[in-house]
Amino acid sequence: MDSKTKIAIRAEKEIQSGQVINLGIGIPTLILRHMDPAKTVLVHSENGILGMGPHCDRAHADRNLIDAGGGYVHTVKGASFFDSVLSFALIRSGRLDIAFLGALQISQCGDLANWKIPGKHTPGIGGGMELAQKARRVVVTTTHTSRNGAPKILQACTLPLTAKNCVTRIITELAVIDVMDRRLVIKELATGVGLEEVRRKTDAPLVIENEAIPRF
Amino acid sequence: MNKTASAAAAVSLITEGTTVMVGGFGVPGTPFALIDRLLAQGTQHLVLIKNEANIAGMGVSKLIEAGRVDHLITSHLGLNPAALDLMNSGRITVEFNPQGILAERIRAGGAGLAGFLTDIGIDTELNQGKRRFRLNGADYLVETALRADVALIHASCGDIFGNLVYAKGARNFNPAMATAADVVIAEVERFVDAGGIPPDQVHTPGAFVDHVVPLAELTDEYGILEAYVFG
Repeated sequence: MDSKTKIAIRAEKEIQSGQVINLGIGIPTLILRHMDPAKTVLVHSENGILGMGPHCDRAHADRNLIDAGGGYVHTVKGASFFDSVLSFALIRSGRLDIAFLGALQISQCGDLANWKIPGKHTPGIGGGMELAQKARRVVVTTTHTSRNGAPKILQACTLPLTAKNCVTRIITELAVIDVMDRRLVIKELATGVGLEEVRRKTDAPLVIENEAIPRF
Repeated sequence: MNKTASAAAAVSLITEGTTVMVGGFGVPGTPFALIDRLLAQGTQHLVLIKNEANIAGMGVSKLIEAGRVDHLITSHLGLNPAALDLMNSGRITVEFNPQGILAERIRAGGAGLAGFLTDIGIDTELNQGKRRFRLNGADYLVETALRADVALIHASCGDIFGNLVYAKGARNFNPAMATAADVVIAEVERFVDAGGIPPDQVHTPGAFVDHVVPLAELTDEYGILEAYVFG
C-alpha cells in the first residue's frame, strides 16, 4: 500500500457518523474512497455544496457539480446547494466538525503553512485560512517528509503561515501525532515503523505519553 | 417592464478602466458568453474581480491573456498557470483574498455596508496594509466592502423582471455579485415570461438585475472539462 492510501485509511477513522467535514485538495480527497458506508457524513465543499460524494465518472458528470478542486462529484441523499457567502458562514461560525488539510510545514505549536512557497509557488490562499482557523478540529494529512526528504514537522514554520495554533492532529504514513499544549505527542505508530525513524524525520521534540504506543 | 437586452448592447456599458465582477467558480456559473462579448469588444484596462481566473484559454483567462486586465482581485489561481505567469512577470497585478473574505466583502458591498471585522488571516501576511480594530477584548482586521461598476452573472433561468435562479454548484459567487455592482448583467440559459419562476424559488430578486441576456445556445465552454473527470 502506498503512503497516501495508508494516510487516507487512517484518517477515515477520525470521522464519526453525523459529522460535517471538509476535505482539502490532495490526500484529504482520497479519504472519500475509503469511507465506511455505515457512517452518515455530510461533506462540505467551499463552492457551495453540503453532502458531496466521491468523484464521478464521465457518464455521471454534471457540468454544474464540481468540488473546490474542479473535479466532477456525486452528491448524497440530503445534499444542499448554497452560495459562497453562506458556504463560508458555515465554516467561520464553527459548523465544521473536522477539516482535513494538506501541509507544507507544521510547527510544534500547531502552526500550519500550506499555501505558499515565496518565489516558487504562489497560487493564492483559496479557502484555506478559514478552514484552518475555524474548523473545530484540524487534522493534517501529509507525508511525513517533503519530496526531497526534508522534515515537514518543525519547531517553527519557515514558510508563510496559513494559520497559527490551529492543528489538532497530524496523520502521516509513519505516525499519528497530536498537538497538545504546544507539544507534539506521538499517539500511534504505523506498523513496522520505529520511534527512531519518526524522530529522525521530525525536526521538533516528540513526547511519548506511555511506553506501549498503539499501532495503525 | 422588460429587461431583456442583447449581449452586445449590455456589454457595451463596459468601457475602458471599468471594474467588472464576474460570477462563477470554475466552469459552473461563469458567464462565458458575456465574457466572449467583452473580449470581442476590445475594452482595455479592466479591473477584474473573480474567485479564480478559470483555466488557461477559457473564460476570464482569455481577457487576462489578451492583456485586457490590469488588476485582478481573486482568491486562487492554482489551476491557471497562464495567469500566474502574467502575475509573476508583472504584466498584471493581483490581490489575493481568503475565499470567504472575498465573498463577504462583495456581500458587504451589495448590502450597503462599508466593511466588516474578522480575525481570518490576522496572523498571516494577508494582514498587511489592513487596519486593526479591538472589540470586546479581541483583535480583528478591518475588511472593506467591494463593489464593481458592472457585474456579469450566469443563471440557469431568468424572467423579464430579472428574477434569477441558479443551478446546483453554479450558484457560488453569482448571488452576492448580483447585488454589488452599479450595473448588473445576467445571461440566462432559459428565459421565461412573468410568473415563469415561482416566487419562493427566486434566488436573486429582479430589483438587483438591470439587464437579462437570453442565451440562444450554450457553447462548448459550458460543458464538461474532460481533464477534470477523475472518477
